[in-house]
Amino acid sequence: MRVPLSWLTDFAPFGSDIELIAGSLDELGLVVEGFQEVGAGLEEIVVAKVLAIDPIEGADRIRLVTVDAGEAEPLEVVCGAWNFSVGDLVPYSPVGARLPNGMKIERRRMKNVISNGMLCSQAELGLGDDSSGLFVLAPMELSGGLPASQTMRSRAVDPSGASLAEPGARLLDALGIAGDVVFDLAVEPNRPDALCIAGVARDLAAKLGLPFAIPDPTPPPAGGQSVDALLSLVVRSPELCPSFTLRVLTGVCVTRSPWWMAHRLVLAGMRPINSVVDSSNYVMLELGQPNHPYDLSKLNGGVVVRKAREAEVVTTLDGVERRVGVSDARVAKGAPAEDCLICDGNDMPIGIGGIMGGAASEIDSETSSVALEAAYFAPMAIARTAKRLGLRTEASMRFERGCDPMGIERAAVRFCELVSSTCGSSVRLSPGVLQESESPPRPLRLKVRVGRVNSVLGTELEPEEVKSLLVPIGFAVEAADTQDRAISAASGESDGALYVGVPSFRPDVSREIDVIEEIARHHGYARIRRTRPCSPQVGLLSQRQKERRFVREVLAGLGASEAWTSSFLAPGDHLAVGLDAGSKVELVLANPLAKEESVLRQSLLPGLLKALAFNVSRRQDWLRLFEVGRVFLPADRHRSSDEGRSTDEGRSTDEGRSDCDGLPEERELVALLLAGEGDGAAQAVEAWRTLAMSLRLDGTEIVAGQPPGLHPARSAWILQRDLGPGSPVIGVVGEVDPKVAESFGTEAGSLAGHRRRLGWLEVDLGALATLPRAAGMDKPPSRFPSSDIDLAFEVKDDVPASKVQETLRGAAGPLLVEVRLFDVYRGSPLGQGVRSLAFRLRFAASDRTLTDKEISAVRAQCIHAVEGAHAAVLRS
Amino acid sequence: MIEAAGLDSKDGLAYDQAVREALGEKAEQEVSSCETLEALRQLEGALLGKRSRLAQLHQQLGSLDPSERKVLGRLLNERKARLKSLIDTRRAELDRADEQARLAAERMDLTEVIAGRRRGTLHLVSRTQSELEDTFVGMGFTVAEGPEVETDWNNFEALNIPPDHPARGMWDTFYLDVGKPESVLMRTHTSPVQVRLMQSHQPPIYSVMPGRCYRRDTPDARHLSIFHQIEGLVVDTGISFSDLAGTIEAFTTTYFGPSIHSRLRPAYFPFTEPSAEFEITCTICEGQGCRTCSQTGWIELGGCGMVDPEVFASVGIDSEIWTGFAFGFGIDRCAQMRQGIADLRILMENDIRFLEQA
Repeated sequence: MRVPLSWLTDFAPFGSDIELIAGSLDELGLVVEGFQEVGAGLEEIVVAKVLAIDPIEGADRIRLVTVDAGEAEPLEVVCGAWNFSVGDLVPYSPVGARLPNGMKIERRRMKNVISNGMLCSQAELGLGDDSSGLFVLAPMELSGGLPASQTMRSRAVDPSGASLAEPGARLLDALGIAGDVVFDLAVEPNRPDALCIAGVARDLAAKLGLPFAIPDPTPPPAGGQSVDALLSLVVRSPELCPSFTLRVLTGVCVTRSPWWMAHRLVLAGMRPINSVVDSSNYVMLELGQPNHPYDLSKLNGGVVVRKAREAEVVTTLDGVERRVGVSDARVAKGAPAEDCLICDGNDMPIGIGGIMGGAASEIDSETSSVALEAAYFAPMAIARTAKRLGLRTEASMRFERGCDPMGIERAAVRFCELVSSTCGSSVRLSPGVLQESESPPRPLRLKVRVGRVNSVLGTELEPEEVKSLLVPIGFAVEAADTQDRAISAASGESDGALYVGVPSFRPDVSREIDVIEEIARHHGYARIRRTRPCSPQVGLLSQRQKERRFVREVLAGLGASEAWTSSFLAPGDHLAVGLDAGSKVELVLANPLAKEESVLRQSLLPGLLKALAFNVSRRQDWLRLFEVGRVFLPADRHRSSDEGRSTDEGRSTDEGRSDCDGLPEERELVALLLAGEGDGAAQAVEAWRTLAMSLRLDGTEIVAGQPPGLHPARSAWILQRDLGPGSPVIGVVGEVDPKVAESFGTEAGSLAGHRRRLGWLEVDLGALATLPRAAGMDKPPSRFPSSDIDLAFEVKDDVPASKVQETLRGAAGPLLVEVRLFDVYRGSPLGQGVRSLAFRLRFAASDRTLTDKEISAVRAQCIHAVEGAHAAVLRS
Repeated sequence: MIEAAGLDSKDGLAYDQAVREALGEKAEQEVSSCETLEALRQLEGALLGKRSRLAQLHQQLGSLDPSERKVLGRLLNERKARLKSLIDTRRAELDRADEQARLAAERMDLTEVIAGRRRGTLHLVSRTQSELEDTFVGMGFTVAEGPEVETDWNNFEALNIPPDHPARGMWDTFYLDVGKPESVLMRTHTSPVQVRLMQSHQPPIYSVMPGRCYRRDTPDARHLSIFHQIEGLVVDTGISFSDLAGTIEAFTTTYFGPSIHSRLRPAYFPFTEPSAEFEITCTICEGQGCRTCSQTGWIELGGCGMVDPEVFASVGIDSEIWTGFAFGFGIDRCAQMRQGIADLRILMENDIRFLEQA
């Protein structure tokens, strides 16, 4: 909200210490997001009096104006404007000055006359949007601009009064805007009271210890027919509109607003329209009460406030046709559309209550009688309607946060006062008020325990201090009555309870804790001492958290850089990596920002392939990327094999969450994309082994298969060994299917034509956590020499080397220290479909040197076992 | 040196002469001018071997007059020993030269080694997250986690944000197209982890909740629609606003350094009361005022406050017995501030040239 200091100063003497004021606003939580100096750049502009206007020979658009600018001699200035006459006071920019728009004023010769400076319009001075002619300074502007009834504590009015309007006076001083600034405040949603100038002034005055008062407005003289003779009022939906009032002003002459009013509206960020509409907006900005003026002649004799019927159409002031009374499933979980309409005497809609008026009853230059609506609308109803229509206005914003139900009358009278001072002298207030109001709720009275205040804030405030903080912002504070005191004394309480009456403009305060916040705000957060609680527990990471970090370190050690890709994929991405797609198996956002980011990922592959393509297209060809992140599976796809998977042993909060809330299953995966030079399935397997060894995993196996998206003949599942068919999948390893890689554009750029193999490893971190780990350091190395034997077998291609190795491990018995595949050979003299697998087995005993006899016995066992189990032949 | 003096017989003189010829200066010169180990080996054979002049002289020694034999025998042995030692010395020299030559032949330019694979790095955000976690772990906090897809209840209602509450406008939310409309969403903060924690654990609670969050905001230089946040929750007896202020300050000076401080100013969050924004000394100018902090010397980091009694009520904690505070801020923002990153969007681009700087 934009708040001019000069306007604030109508309510309390704030002075001119901008830094103090801005700092205090910050401390109150009315954060100053910026401020603008009013009239910056106008320091050299002075008031000049027009002495003579003469035609220039040969020119019909410009005239020579002689002015008194306070200098010894009158000055001649060429001017193209026609809206002034001799005797007027106008702004004069001397030669050498620079206007706010950057224009430098120079002495110029035009049609043989010399122009010594420039006479300016509002627009040229940045003081308004009027560029139709000079800014003629009317007496009201120069007097400081406010109606006589307005208190004028703030004005930099010269005590002598007159001198400011003399030729040669600084324009800034003459207009009373010297030193004015506009604060741009961020007002939190719980502070509807601060959505107006007076409310900000109240808070600020309390903080600075200054007297604050809102002057009582004076209505124009009463006259003409009484209101009920001119108009009728029916409120059919008091639940949407608990309070509605109408007043009528006659004899109104709609005109351009005086400069001071237009100027304030502009400073506050609103566009001046005409004197009636501007008065209405002015009241809203000043007092926070939205209100609406209707042209009485367009109301057909009445106003009806009712719920909108199904799909009714209203044309709002902005010229847009809006359909109301239409339920939107996304608003309030499909609650019926309860939009409040304001209708005329014929029940035709003339506005959306509390949000925007209609075009049909608009004030125009012909308007002579004005009906003013000032009402209180139900905040929730306004919020729903505004959301449904996608229409947030200054009025709806204030109503939905909660206006002051007791502030209606003051605002209405203030409007009447403003209209009477801006719309001609014949303005009369029709006697009476049309009003339909439910009896206002009783003011809240809250019990506030001073002991509680201090224990929540860590302060040591006395009841009197608490009171002195609350009273200036409108709260009524009384000490607990004697009866209460007796009770607290009896129960041993020394809380020192206070009873706090909440003002009607603070709908956000309804509990003791809300009052405590007000106390803290005005006491000052900075004055609350700083202590540190002592945690009774030892801080640590859970096993799972430590392991996640460790996995990251291991993968980085393999030369991979950690990437962080989007959780949202494009609709075709799952299909592209061989996963099922469609509404049954995919989770989709109801309101994505873009279609390309609308599907919750089930694999890290699309994201990392996109990241690779991004880099390849920037000529970063060889790289390894990894990611640790969540994937999301629909709730009904929980697989039985995953049951009993334990969660984090630390402070996991996932426990039991799928019982009732039906949330999707989330898995935390770690994936590695190997796109380095020479990378492929072998490097992916090596990476998996490094990871498995680093984590001391015991009992996993690589089982050939065709995981989706991967190369059909160069990929495998990673499973837990010995669990047989259906054992849970821990991950996949191998190579990305070249077609898949291609569809993500990873072959772009300099590598076009050169087929790259992409190694891929994706592992479920949650599944890893459940795997058995190799025992600790329970096997001391033997002190006796070890013996190696090398065995090479001819084995058919369809027998996995891992199976042969397993057989060897089984047959070698307890003396085996390790078995390692160290050579694979294909080619002559071996036949097609056969390869030689060479293993080295190392044996040792802890208590003796092994004999040749023992070794050859084990050797024979191994050969026999492999030849028997795998139809293999020992190579000689 | 034994002089020839004292030899009487002609034989003795001749023998002496022969020893000096065979093992004298000439032989010594030959040894020291030997250039290869092989030449030295041959020379050694010729001078001291079985068929050498020395061997002959040894044999002849017996035929000499016994009175001279002793003197000449000593001469022979001394000459032999001297020559042997010269040969050994020369051999060692040649050996050393040989070894040097062999090593020299293995010469390698260590600057011509071809670069191997790239350096692996952790993502700036995960590194920052770990650092933040470690800071709080050091202060006695545990680290709690929870799902990224949440119920409306956990993300909003339990936090005192009922449907249609105007404050919902503070969080633009991605909803999932499952179940009832707007019942399942991408969490907009990690606060639902606090809700789950308070439901499943009795106080005292001292935990932080880091993780990925989602807001339906068009990304710009300072905001991402997918971002990372860390929140903290303390629930215990006698916890006050001054504990909150002290904890924030302790974290700030620990994590950012002793010259960086914190300050709180009033704010509004539905789930805390009183609520505050917390700002820290601008890390760029250390409070002097610069463009980053709009000349204020302070930059906004996050929000915090005392847990609202309504929140305690919704998770079944008695707010008359327990009080607590919560705070939260962006991990990405933290990284941005510490690293001076102009545009946050680079965090999600995964440009290897950026990742590798982490």
